[in-house]
Amino acid sequence: MLSLDQIKLRIEQAVPGARVELVPNGALADQASLWLDAAHAVECARFLRETPDLSFDYASNVTGVDWPDTTVKTKVKKVVEGQETDVEESVVKPGFLEAVYHLYSMTRKHGPLVIRLRTANRTDSVRLPSFTPVWRGAEFQEREIFDLFGIVFDGHPDLRRLLMWDGFQDHPMRKDYVEPDDYEYEPTPHDEVLEKAQSRAAKEANA
Amino acid sequence: MDEGLRNELSKAGVFTTSLSELYNWGQKNSLWPLQFGLACCAIEMIAASMARFDIARFGAEVFRPSPRQADLMIVAGTVTKKMAPQVVRLYNQMPEPKFVIAMGACAISGGPFKQGYNVLKGIDRYIPVDVHIPGCPPRPEALLHALMTLQKKIEEQSLTGINRPRQMDPNQTGEFPIPTFGAHDLEPPSNPEVWRPIKIDRGS
Ligand code: SF4
Repeated sequence: MLSLDQIKLRIEQAVPGARVELVPNGALADQASLWLDAAHAVECARFLRETPDLSFDYASNVTGVDWPDTTVKTKVKKVVEGQETDVEESVVKPGFLEAVYHLYSMTRKHGPLVIRLRTANRTDSVRLPSFTPVWRGAEFQEREIFDLFGIVFDGHPDLRRLLMWDGFQDHPMRKDYVEPDDYEYEPTPHDEVLEKAQSRAAKEANA
Repeated sequence: MDEGLRNELSKAGVFTTSLSELYNWGQKNSLWPLQFGLACCAIEMIAASMARFDIARFGAEVFRPSPRQADLMIVAGTVTKKMAPQVVRLYNQMPEPKFVIAMGACAISGGPFKQGYNVLKGIDRYIPVDVHIPGCPPRPEALLHALMTLQKKIEEQSLTGINRPRQMDPNQTGEFPIPTFGAHDLEPPSNPEVWRPIKIDRGS
């Protein structure tokens, strides 16, 4: 397989205007990936699939990642009452949702190529292009991501919830998901569950 | 009837019984389980029905694929919240008399997935369970033991009086409310008529 840098170059040559970024991975596996911009993603995907020496014809796995908002604290020098002092400023970096695709080539026997798509934020712009028209096998996995993370895939042929029921409103795999409070009967609780059972008991005592 | 007299009579070749004994005896030796499994525990249930463990020895080998012909529900496996209404509906569709064995950690409490977002914390929140079997999964012997426990329970039931079985009570339909899919959880999250958890004092 070509190196990620080479693949990035090839994509940029083939799809004019496409923004591709190499996302390094600091973990031991060191599996870097490519971040495609949403606007050109489908075109890039077609290119990856249909170019003979790449021919990534198999999307083996699609998954989601939730990156919550983070606060970054920085020290800034500011002039306060004529004196220069260090002031701590915290900036909220908006989080985003991510869809991660693992691609392999069955014909050329190489892979995986990991590509990522990111939404603008976690609340109101959570749309991404669907890769189901390119890789049919992504259909159910994108439905699962829609269900559990709340990413809306444009161009998906049948975007419904997969694991939870239709009227369900939450996205359970998001970091800020609040589970239903059914801790009324916990015979052997410990740690987190003990806290939840206690808060439930306190609530019941107050009511 | 006096036990001593009964013994005497049986020695003389006279067999005596009572209607309720006969009724219970017939019922306990011919339980027809509903044929369905929800997760890994079902594999053990299947094993229990095959030659090695042979649930037929207890008269419960006729697994029926229709709730209308079954009188024993073995809830074998994880009950997800999406599945729970269907399980309750199947139970409602079974004719009286009917019994429930909750098999495995999942069916009795949610098991390893207890704190998951999609697993019901025990089927006894919605339907009355006669026998609970712990284990993940319980061995086929445990299921056989549960069956024997259920048989004992049937044997001891009295057909009249306040503790008579449900089918003898014209005021009870044997149907239980089916939970509906809510926005965040099943509604209601449990049936208070059926599920009365023991109050645990947390000392808070
Ligand atoms: S109790 Fe264990 S074996 Fe049984 S369904 Fe649950 S996870 Fe599977």
